[in-house]
Amino acid sequence: MTDIAFHLNGTPVCLTDVPPTQTLLDWLREERRLTGTKEGCNEGDCGACTVMVTDSDGPKAMNACILFMPQLIGKSVRTVEGLVAPDGTPHPVQTAMVTHHGSQCGFCTPGFVVSMAAAHTKGRKDHDTVLAGNLCRCTGYVPIIRAAKAAESAPVPLWLQNESTPAFFSAQISSGGAGGRQPPAASHPTTADDLAQAYVATPNATLIAGATDIGLWVTKQLRDLGPVIFLGGIEELKTIEPKGDSLRIGAGVTINHLMQAVAQSLPSLAEMLRRYASDQIRNAATIGGNIANGSPIGDGPPALIALGAVLHLRQGDTRREMPLENFFLDYRKQDRLPGEFVEAVQFSTKAPNLRCYKLSKRFDQDISAVCGCFNVTIENGKVRAARLAFGGMAGIPKRAAKAEAALVGQAWTLETVTAARDAMQADFAPMSDMRASAQYRSAAAGNMLLRYFHDLAGTPVNLLEVEA
Amino acid sequence: MSIGNALPHDAAPLHVTGAARYVDDIPLPQGALHLAFGLSTIAHGDITSLDLSAVRAAKGVVAVYAASDFAEMPDCSPSTHDEPLLAMGRVHYIGQPVFLVVATSHLAARKAARLAKIDYAPLPAVLTVDDALAANSRFESGPVIWAKGDAATALARALRVVEGELEVGGQEHFYLEGQIAAAIPQEGGDMLIHSSTQHPTEIQHKVAHALHVPMHAVRVETRRMGGGFGGKESQGNALAIACAIAARDTGRPCKMRYDRDDDMMITGKRHDLRIRYRAGFDDTGRVTAVAFTHLFRCGWALDLSIPVADRAMLHSDNCYHLTDVRIESHRLRTNTQSATAFRGFGGPQGMVGIERVMDHIASDLGLDPLAVRRVNFYAGMVAKAGGALPPQTPLRYLDQDEGARAVQTTPYHMPVTDFIADTLVSALEESSGYAARRAAIAKWNATSPVLKRGIALTPVKFGISFTLTHLNQAGALVHVYQDGSVHLNHGGTEMGQGLFQKVAQVAAAVFGVDIEAVKITATDTAKVPNTSATAASSGSDLNGMAAQAACVTIRDRMAAFLAERHQAQAQDVRFVAGRVNVGDADYSFAEAAALAYAGRISLSSTGFYATPKITWDRAAGKGRPFLYFAYGAAVTEVVIDTLTGENRILRADVLHDTGASLNPALDIGQIEGAYVQGAGWLTMEELVWDDKGALRTHAPSTYKIPACSDRPPVFNVSLWGHDNPEATVGRSKAVGEPPFMLGISAFMALSDAVAACGDGTRYVALDAPATPERILAAVQRQRDV
Repeated sequence: MTDIAFHLNGTPVCLTDVPPTQTLLDWLREERRLTGTKEGCNEGDCGACTVMVTDSDGPKAMNACILFMPQLIGKSVRTVEGLVAPDGTPHPVQTAMVTHHGSQCGFCTPGFVVSMAAAHTKGRKDHDTVLAGNLCRCTGYVPIIRAAKAAESAPVPLWLQNESTPAFFSAQISSGGAGGRQPPAASHPTTADDLAQAYVATPNATLIAGATDIGLWVTKQLRDLGPVIFLGGIEELKTIEPKGDSLRIGAGVTINHLMQAVAQSLPSLAEMLRRYASDQIRNAATIGGNIANGSPIGDGPPALIALGAVLHLRQGDTRREMPLENFFLDYRKQDRLPGEFVEAVQFSTKAPNLRCYKLSKRFDQDISAVCGCFNVTIENGKVRAARLAFGGMAGIPKRAAKAEAALVGQAWTLETVTAARDAMQADFAPMSDMRASAQYRSAAAGNMLLRYFHDLAGTPVNLLEVEA
Repeated sequence: MSIGNALPHDAAPLHVTGAARYVDDIPLPQGALHLAFGLSTIAHGDITSLDLSAVRAAKGVVAVYAASDFAEMPDCSPSTHDEPLLAMGRVHYIGQPVFLVVATSHLAARKAARLAKIDYAPLPAVLTVDDALAANSRFESGPVIWAKGDAATALARALRVVEGELEVGGQEHFYLEGQIAAAIPQEGGDMLIHSSTQHPTEIQHKVAHALHVPMHAVRVETRRMGGGFGGKESQGNALAIACAIAARDTGRPCKMRYDRDDDMMITGKRHDLRIRYRAGFDDTGRVTAVAFTHLFRCGWALDLSIPVADRAMLHSDNCYHLTDVRIESHRLRTNTQSATAFRGFGGPQGMVGIERVMDHIASDLGLDPLAVRRVNFYAGMVAKAGGALPPQTPLRYLDQDEGARAVQTTPYHMPVTDFIADTLVSALEESSGYAARRAAIAKWNATSPVLKRGIALTPVKFGISFTLTHLNQAGALVHVYQDGSVHLNHGGTEMGQGLFQKVAQVAAAVFGVDIEAVKITATDTAKVPNTSATAASSGSDLNGMAAQAACVTIRDRMAAFLAERHQAQAQDVRFVAGRVNVGDADYSFAEAAALAYAGRISLSSTGFYATPKITWDRAAGKGRPFLYFAYGAAVTEVVIDTLTGENRILRADVLHDTGASLNPALDIGQIEGAYVQGAGWLTMEELVWDDKGALRTHAPSTYKIPACSDRPPVFNVSLWGHDNPEATVGRSKAVGEPPFMLGISAFMALSDAVAACGDGTRYVALDAPATPERILAAVQRQRDV
C-alpha cells in the first residue's frame, strides 16, 4: 500500500493506502465516478481510456487502463471531464468534434478528445501519429482528422495553460509519500543509489517504469505482483548524455524522448520509433524496460544491436557493461543477476547507413512480425562491416551472422546482397504464430535485405512516400 | 424543414465531454454484484469433472452457477434453442461459458472464474471447412440451392470458362464498448434490464423465458450502444439472462461485462467462407453462366447463420444480370464461436464472389475489369437526360416494358426496376479520373521495381428489407406536452449511426418545430413493444415511418381542433417554423399544444409501419424480398511493396446512393466509416485459430482493425442525391450496410497491383484478408510464372 498525491482536473488529491497496482482507470470510474474515461480493451491498445498527464516535462496522453496510481505522484491528470472550462465552455477540440461530426457511437470519443487536446496544447499537427493509439470503429477517422485540423488554430484554453508550470506543482501538493504500512510493499526511490540498494535488498521485487507490459500482467493475467519498485521518480535515469559520437541513454528515458533524441542523427530509427506502439505508450514506455523485459519482438533492441550498442548494468555498487546482443541469452532469459538492473544503453549516432524496417499487419501501433535493422559500412564499393539485427526471427533479438559473413569483404552489389539473403535462411528458424508464418518471416526478412540495397541506392521503397 | 439538414449527431455534445451514458456508466443501487463466465478450454468434449470449490471460496464470491444448478437450462439462441447459457456436460468451442461467477466486484469475479478445475474427455473437433465437409457436419439437412435458367448447360456451351476458389476471412466486430448488461430487480418479481443491444425485444423475450415470467414482467431499456455492427443483435442475450437470474436469486442489482479478451473468445463474428466459382463468358466478358458454391463456417450453434447465408446468395449477382445461374450454399457446423450478424449480414460475402469472377474474367481476356463489369450490368432503369444529372433533379424511371429490353430479374427472380449503377458508375468514373489514372499507374509501375500500384472500381447493389418478411414492421410512441415539447420514442436503437437524430428530424418536420423541441428518449420495451432488431439497415426506413405516422396522427388532431375553433378546414392549418397558422390566427406551437390540451385533445399517439410490396418464398428462392436496392460505387488506388507484401490505400473516391438524404452529414459519416471497415475486413483484419481451435487473435494487440493512418489519405465521398423511387420516409434510402461493400474496391485494387508483377498469364487469385503475407505469396506466384 502506498500514499500518493496528485492533481485531478485542477484539484489536489491526496490518497492513503492505495494498492500499488490499482489502475487509474478503475479508480476514476469506480471511486470517483468519472465515467467519461472508458475501458475498451484494458491493455493499452485502443485509447478509449486516454487521459492527459502533465509533469514538469509537459502534458502528454497516456492510457489510464495500464497506469498504476503510484505513477501519478506529483503529476497532474486531466480527464475528458476536466477539459471543459469551469464555466462549462468546451475545449476547442470538443467543439470541433461536434461541428465536424467526429463522433458516432461516442465510446472512443473521450479518448480521442483527450489525445487531441494534449497534442493541441503542444501545437502538434502530426495528427495521424498523435491518434495512432486511438481506435475508432465507426467513423473511418476522416471527420476526426477534420476536427483536429479545424482546432489547430484555436489558442490553448486559459484553464489548461498553467497546468505544466513548476509553480503549479510545488505550490499545491506535497511530493507524495513513499508509504508502506501494509503489504504489498511499494517503494519510490528518487536516486539510482536508492534503487540499487532497494533492489539488492528485495531482488524479487518487480521494477515498474512505464508499466506498458507489466500493466497487462495485472489487468489481463490478474497477477499479484508482490513487492514493487516504481522507477518514475529517479531523474538521473532519465538523462540523455552525448559522449562524443555516442549517446548514453538512461534506462528511464521514454521511447518518445529517445525518438526526439535521434530524430536528426538517426532518422530511420526515429521513424521506426514513431511506429513503435502509440503516442500514449511511448509516453510511458522506457528504453530500459524495452531491453530488460527481454521480449523477442521488441523493436528497440534490434535497432540498438545494429548500432553496436553497449548495455550498462548495475547491481548495488557494482557496474558492468556488455554488447547489448550478449544480454539476450534465450527466450525471456537475460544475462542479469539478482538485484541487477539496466542503468543505461550507449550507442553510436554515426551510422548514416542505418535503416530500420518494421513489418506488421497494420502500419501503426502493431507488434512487429519481423523487425529488421541494417547497418552496413561500405568503403570503396566493398562492405567493411555489417550488422544485421532482427526481432521476431528467434527467441531473442538476434544478428544474422551468416548473412553478415556473406557481405563482409564483398563488393556491395545486388549479387552480393542476394547471396547474403540466401545465406540468411540458415541464420534463423522463426516460428509461426498469429502474426505471420515461419515461411513468411524468413522470406520477408531476406527480402528486407534486398530492400535495404535498393533503399541505399535511392530506389523508392517506402510506401509512406507514395502519393496518389 | 429539419429533414435533409446536416445536423450533428444528437448526442455529440455528450460524447465529446464524456457525459454520454453507456450501460457501465449507469449508477446502480447499492450492493450491486458483478458477473463473469468461466470458459471452456477445449473445442469439443465432455466435462468429466467440474470442481468449483476454489471458485466458491475465492474472495468476494457470492454465488456460482453451473449446469447442475438449473432444472431447466436457460437458452440464449435467437433462432432455435440450441445455445444453453452454460455448457450442459458437453462443450462445443474454446470460449464457451461453462460456469457463472457472481461476486462483489468485476475484478473479483474475473479472478474467481480462473480457479475452476475442469477435466474433459476430448472429442474430435471440427474446425475447418474441410473438417466439416469430411464429417458432413452441417446445419439443415443439405445445401440450399437457388437457381435461375440452366447454369450447367450454359457452362457447357460457354465460349470461355474461368474457375477458382476464394477464401474469405471472418471479421471481429470490435465495437469499442464490449458486451454488457445490468439487471435491477423490481417489486413482484419484475425485472429491469439495461442492455447494450440492437434488439431490446429479444433481450426481453429471452429474459422472460429464462425467468419463467410473461414478457410484461421484463422491461428492457437501451439508450445507446458503443458500437454494434450486428455484434449486438443476438450476442448480448447471455449477459442479460445471466444478470437477470443472479438478480432474481440474490435480490441485488447484477451487472456483467465481458473483458475484451473474453468478449472476443465468447462471441460470434462475421462468417468466414470458401467460395468456389465457375463462370462462362464470351469475348467481351459478358457472363453467360455462373455457378457458385458457398462453404460457410457457421460455428457451433445456429444463431443467425441461415438468414446470413441466404443473404449471401441474394447478393451473388451484385450489379450484374445473370441469365443462367446456380448458387449452392452449405452452412457448416464447426467447433468454433457461433458466427453471427455483421454489417451486410452475408451480403458482402456473396458480393465479393461475383466481383472476384469479374476480376478473373478481365484477367483472362486482358481487359480493364471495369469494362467487364459494365458489360454485365443490369439494364439501366433511368431515362437518360443526356449529359450529367445534377443531384436533386428528379429522375425518370423507365416503365417495365419501356424500351427494347424486357425488365431483367435477379437470380431469385425479382425484377430490377430501380437500377442506376450504370449511370452512377459513369459519373464516378469521370469524377475520379479513373481512366487517366489507370494509364498513369501502368506507366509508373513500369519504372518501379519494388513498389507497384493498382486501381479498381467496384459497384454495390444492396437489397433493403429483412428477408424474414414479418420483421419489416416498426412502432413509435410520441407525446406532445402542453408546453409544446415533444417526447419521441420508437423501437430502433442507437449504436452511433445517428438513427435517433434522423427520426427526430422526421418528427420535427411533421410538427414544423425546431429539432431542439424534440426529446429523444431511450429505447424501451415498455413504450414500444414487439420491435425488430435495429439491423438490415432498416432503422430509419422503419422507425422513421412509424414515428412520422404517430406525429401525423397528433398533428391531425391538433389541426382538426384548431380548425373547428377558427371555422377553418383542417388541411388549411399550417405547422411551420415553430408556429401554427390557422386562418388569421397565429400561435406558437406551445400555445397550440396548450389549447389542444385545454380542449381535451389527446396529444399522444402510437405510430406503426409495415413495409409494403415484399413477398419471399424462401424454399423456392423466388420473390421480392426487398422493397428496393441501394447503390454505390468506389474507386480505390493502392500501392504494395513487392518485397514484403505491405500495402497502403492511397486514394478512394465514392459516389453513394442514399436517396434524398435525411441527414447528409450522418450519411457521409456512415459511408466513410463503412468503407474503412469494409477495407479492413479484406486487408488487415485477420482472425487466426490454432489447430486446437483456439482463437489466437482475441485482443486489439493481435487483431488489427484499421487505425487512423489507414484511412485513404485522399478520400472523396459524394452522395448521389436523387429520390428513392419507392415511397420511403422522405424518399431516402437505407445507408447502414450498403457502403460497407465499397471496401471490396480496395481488395480488387490490391489484386490489380499484384497483377503488375506478372505478365498476365496467371490470375492473381488473392485470398482475403489480403495481409502482407498473402500479398507477398501472390506476388511470388506472379514472379514464378
